Amino acid sequence: MTVTQQAVHQDSGLTSGDGRGVSPAAGPSRSVPDSRRWNVGDLVFKHLTMLFAVGVLSLVFLMGYEMYAGSALTLEKFGWKFLVTSTWDPVQDEYGALPLIFGTIVSSMLALTIALPLSLGVAIFLSELAPRWLERPLSFLVELLAAIPSIVYGLWGIFVLVPWLRQSLQPWLGSHAGFLPLFRGPAYGFGMLAAGLILAVMVLPIIASISRDVMRSIPNLQREAALALGATRWETTKVVLASSKSGILGATLLGLGRAVGETMAVTMVIGNRADISASLFNPAYTMASVIANEFAEATTAMYTSALVEVAFVLFVVTIVLNALARLVVWSVTRRYRTV
Amino acid sequence: MECDEEVPDRMRLNGKGYFLWRKAKNHAMTFFSVLCLLLAVAPLVLIFSYTVLQGITALNIDFFIQMPKPVGETGGGMANALVGTAILIGLGGLMGLPIGIMAGMYLAEYGDNPLGHLVRFMADVLSGVPSIVVGVVAYIIVVLPMKHFSAFAGGVALAILMIPTVTRTTEEMIRLVPHSYREAGLALGIPRWKTTLRIVLPTALKGITTGVLLALARSAGETAPLLFTALGNRFWSTSIGQPIGSLTVFIFDYAKAPFTDWNQQAWAASFVLIALIFILSLVFRAVTWSKYEER
Repeated sequence: MTVTQQAVHQDSGLTSGDGRGVSPAAGPSRSVPDSRRWNVGDLVFKHLTMLFAVGVLSLVFLMGYEMYAGSALTLEKFGWKFLVTSTWDPVQDEYGALPLIFGTIVSSMLALTIALPLSLGVAIFLSELAPRWLERPLSFLVELLAAIPSIVYGLWGIFVLVPWLRQSLQPWLGSHAGFLPLFRGPAYGFGMLAAGLILAVMVLPIIASISRDVMRSIPNLQREAALALGATRWETTKVVLASSKSGILGATLLGLGRAVGETMAVTMVIGNRADISASLFNPAYTMASVIANEFAEATTAMYTSALVEVAFVLFVVTIVLNALARLVVWSVTRRYRTV
Repeated sequence: MECDEEVPDRMRLNGKGYFLWRKAKNHAMTFFSVLCLLLAVAPLVLIFSYTVLQGITALNIDFFIQMPKPVGETGGGMANALVGTAILIGLGGLMGLPIGIMAGMYLAEYGDNPLGHLVRFMADVLSGVPSIVVGVVAYIIVVLPMKHFSAFAGGVALAILMIPTVTRTTEEMIRLVPHSYREAGLALGIPRWKTTLRIVLPTALKGITTGVLLALARSAGETAPLLFTALGNRFWSTSIGQPIGSLTVFIFDYAKAPFTDWNQQAWAASFVLIALIFILSLVFRAVTWSKYEER
C-alpha cells in the first residue's frame, strides 16, 4: 500500500502551499489591513501543527539518544568487542552479542530465502495475471496476514508448527538430507528452522504487497509495447520485472527489517539458547528475543545496559534497513510518476 | 522469477515450434504464480481456521466476566486483562492520537517542503522500528524514573507505536478530500485554518476515524512493548500507576504454561484479538475502498 500512498501525496501538491497562498503575499496596497494578509489563526494553526510534526521527527532522535545513553556502561566496558564475542553469561556479567546477531541473521535469511520467491509469484499474479474482481479480495487477504498479531503466530507455532516439525518434517529432512550439516541433530521442534518458517509466513505479505504496488506503478505503455511485439504474458511480465527490480529490492529490505525485529513469534519457537550452531534443528536466540526474555529480570546495571545496547543495535539496523528500502522504493515510483 | 532455459536449436529454427515452446512456458509460469499464491494463502487459512476453531470451543461467558483462577484450579477468565488492554490502548490513544493527527494535518496541508518530506520519511522509518525496541525506550523514559512498572509506561510505548501509523493515515485521508472543497471555502473568504478544521477535516473524518480505530486495534495486539512496561497482573487493577494485565501478555504466559486449561484460554484470547482486528480491517477497507478506486 505504501507506494501507492506516495503517489497520492505527490499528486496533490496543488493545494498545499506554504499557507500564504490564501492572501496575496506581495500585496502592493497599504490600505489592506495586516489581518487580511496574515490571518493570525492561520499562523497559529500552521505552526502548531508543525510543532507536532517536528515532534514526530525528534521522537526518532530521542529514542536513539536514550538507548545510546542507557547502554553507556557496556559501551565503555566492552566497546566493539560486544558485537564479536560469543559469551552471553549474565552470571559472570560477561556479555557478547555474537550468538544473538548470528541467530538474527540466520533466521531472517532463512525467512527471506523461503518468502522471496513465493512473494514474487504472488505479486506477479496480483499485478499481472489476476482479473480485477479477483485481485482486490486476494490483495486484502494477503494484507490481513500482516495484521494478525505476532503473538497469535507464536501460539500457532507452539501448538501446530513445532509438533509438526518434531514429528514429521525434521525426521524426514534428517533422513533424506542429513548429509548436510544444516539438517543434523536431534529433532526438538523448537529451534532455528521453526523460527525461519514462522518469519517467512510473516514477511511474505509485506514483500508481496509492496512488490505488487511497485509492479502496478510501471506504466501500461511498457506492457503494451511488449505485447505489440508479440510477447506472451510471461515475457511481458519479465519486462515489467526488469523495470521494477530496484522496487522489489526495496520491498525485500522492508521484509528483512521486519524479520530482524520480529519478537514474540520468534521467542516462542526458537528455543532461546545463546549458541552458534550449524544445524537449523538446534535452538538459537535472536537479539529481539533476548530482550523479550531477559529484560524484566535483568538485575544488575551491567545486565540492563547490555540488553539496552542490544536494543540500540537493533534500532540502528532496522532504521538503516527501512531508510534504504524507502529510498529505493521512492526512486522507482517517482521515475514513473510523470508518465 | 525463474531463470531462462536454453532454447534448443531445433525450436529456434522452427518458427511454429518455438511459438509453442513460448506458449508452454507462459502457461507454466502462470501455473507457478498461482501455486505461489496458494502456498502464501495456505498459512493464513491454517492459522485463521485453527485459531477460530480452538478459540470458539474455549470461549465462554466466564472468559469475559471472571478473574484468572490461582494456579492449579481450572476455569476462570480474563476480565482483568480485557479491561487492562482497554486501559492500555486508551492511554496510548490519549497520548498518541493528538500528536499523530496534528502531524498528519501538517503533512497534508503544509507538508510539501523539505521539512514535510523529512517528517514523512521519518514517520515511515519509525513504523519499521521493532516494537520491542519501543518497549525498551518506554522502560528507560518512564519505568526507570518511576522505579516501578506501570500501565502508564505501557501506554507510552503503545503511543509511540501508534504515532507513525496515525500520522500517515490522517495525511492520506485528508489528501483524498478534493481540492474543490478547499477552494470553495477559501473563495468564500474563510481563513485557511478554518477551512481545514471545519470543511476538510469533517469530510475526511470517516476515513480518519476508521484508520485510528484500526491503529488502536493493532496496538491491542502488541505484546513485546508491554512485557517490561505494563508487565502484567493477575489481579484486578485499573490504576495507571500500577502494573496491569493485558490480553497479549496473558496469551504469552498461558501459551508457555503446562496446563491445557490455560492453553485453551490463550486460544480464546487470540480469537478475541483476531476478531477485533479483522472486523476493523474490513470496515477500514469498506470505507476507503471507493475512494481508492477513483485513482
